[in-house]
Amino acid sequence: MSNFRFVIGRFLGAIPTLLILICLAFLLVKSAPGGPFDFERSLPEEVEANLRAAYNLDDPVYLQLFKYIGDLLQGDFGPSFQYRDYTVTELIATGFPVSLRLGTAAIFLALIFGSIIGSVAALNQNSKLDYSVMFFGMIGISIPNFVMAPLLVLFFSIGLKALPAGGYNGGDFYHMVLPVVSLALPQMAYIARLTRGSMIEVLSSNFVRTAKAQGLPTRSILLKHVLKPTLLPVVSYLGPATAAIITGSVVVEQIFGLPGLGRYFVQGALNRDYTLVMGVVVFYGCLIILFNLIVDTLYGFIDPRIKQNR
Amino acid sequence: MKNTNSLLNDAWAALSKNKAALISAATMVLMVLMVLIGPFFSPYAIDETDWYKIAAPPTLFDGHIFGTDDLGRDLFVRTMYGGRISLMVGLVATMVSVMIGVTYGAVAGFMGGRVDALMMRFVDVLYAMPFLFFVILLMVFFGRSIFLIFVAIGAVNWLDIARIVRGQTLNIKGKEFVDAARSGGVSTIKIIMKHIVPNLLGVVVVYVALTVPQVILVESFLSFLGLGVQEPMTSWGALVNQGARQMESSPWMLIFPAVFLATTLFCFNFIGDGLRDALDPKDRTRGND
Repeated sequence: MSNFRFVIGRFLGAIPTLLILICLAFLLVKSAPGGPFDFERSLPEEVEANLRAAYNLDDPVYLQLFKYIGDLLQGDFGPSFQYRDYTVTELIATGFPVSLRLGTAAIFLALIFGSIIGSVAALNQNSKLDYSVMFFGMIGISIPNFVMAPLLVLFFSIGLKALPAGGYNGGDFYHMVLPVVSLALPQMAYIARLTRGSMIEVLSSNFVRTAKAQGLPTRSILLKHVLKPTLLPVVSYLGPATAAIITGSVVVEQIFGLPGLGRYFVQGALNRDYTLVMGVVVFYGCLIILFNLIVDTLYGFIDPRIKQNR
Repeated sequence: MKNTNSLLNDAWAALSKNKAALISAATMVLMVLMVLIGPFFSPYAIDETDWYKIAAPPTLFDGHIFGTDDLGRDLFVRTMYGGRISLMVGLVATMVSVMIGVTYGAVAGFMGGRVDALMMRFVDVLYAMPFLFFVILLMVFFGRSIFLIFVAIGAVNWLDIARIVRGQTLNIKGKEFVDAARSGGVSTIKIIMKHIVPNLLGVVVVYVALTVPQVILVESFLSFLGLGVQEPMTSWGALVNQGARQMESSPWMLIFPAVFLATTLFCFNFIGDGLRDALDPKDRTRGND
């Protein structure tokens, strides 16, 4: 029962956050100077009046907000101002699968390699291997993916001619390698450093010393006692990592010419396509909040101490 | 008097032991000097086209030591000017976020009780927001001025500092020396200035060092997407963007700004890490366990 209440409580707690996100995005758009119908040639007054009426732009702002939220609940993000024949919902539906594919691959790559590299460094603390992992980890964190991506292209595509420099091509393996790697590298580096620090702390804790004193084999100490507490901070970092991967994908899709949601977002931003930009912000925002929520809830189950503190 | 001294001493002692941080600090000093003075040694202006050397590779002999870009502009001068913008954004936007964060956190910490709970709940809610997207929204709707970059980045980066400062303030407020000062009849303002702020300083310094690279990164990110600094001014992010487009024919256009940007982020991260190891009380207690 308490589990059920815990989960429900977490989900209810996210609702105000979602509402604030939507209101913020909406009010920002409404307070933007210039309207969606300010073309170079001004429209005849009657036409503009009709357009404004068609998009409910003459209603008070709070009514428009309510209507927007109501539409959102039905999955309707409104029409796009740039891509005339598409609704924002359709554009999201076309772009998101590509971004999802890219992001999922990147996050798994970062998680698996990051935690393995971090653990190896921690088990060889203060060795040359450890120092070089820490050093390269710092480089990985410091080099943003919009610098990393062109450098990788320069090396692997233009220099070695081993991998394609861009394009989606239906998402085949070779075309996805460079985008996924350049998206994953900073997160991999961060997770490696996180895992290392956490494992060093766990290794020096009392229960591990006890287990060693009891003469348990190293392998079973590591697997049964060390692994789980080591990965706790990594699990809680999954939320921020997702957010970083999503923002990173905006750039990576731009560089490699992948037809993902991030690309639409940048195009929309450069073309002042208000509804599209707002739609993507709300969509990604909800996704990040939802993912944080899931990670939080999972964390409560992995580490029962958290639940009791609530 | 002694408070500020001991803080500086602490910081210096910590940094001088940490080789990576020390080298990083020296590199950053060099970088700042180079960016400030460098352009004076070049005969070219930032937006001047050398018609005889369009997209010329780097050479040591005729002035264009970093080569020129696809419009014949000297890349060395552009990289230095770009560095000025990037570093300035890093500094100013960090100041904005520190001012907001310290005030917010200190007020929440001092007030305590319900006000504190409410203020911190608000920070929790903001934490869940996809901030970079909001910065982009701001840039799209309100034009792409440098001033807005400062404010927008600063305004969204204060959450960490606010949390840390609040925690510290709560902690210090309950310390014996504050009680002692209070019972000795020292005024509230004096207690804040003499006893609380100097103790916050260490934490703030650490977070300044860690925030600067974040801010530079955000600005480069915006400029890379074409939403940040506009021509003829430039920043490292904008230069990397232009370089990435020309990298097949003129890779130097990508490599020089990329190296400068990466080195700066790298050094600041190392300095921040070193300072945190030394000054952050949370880490210190962990070390004593």
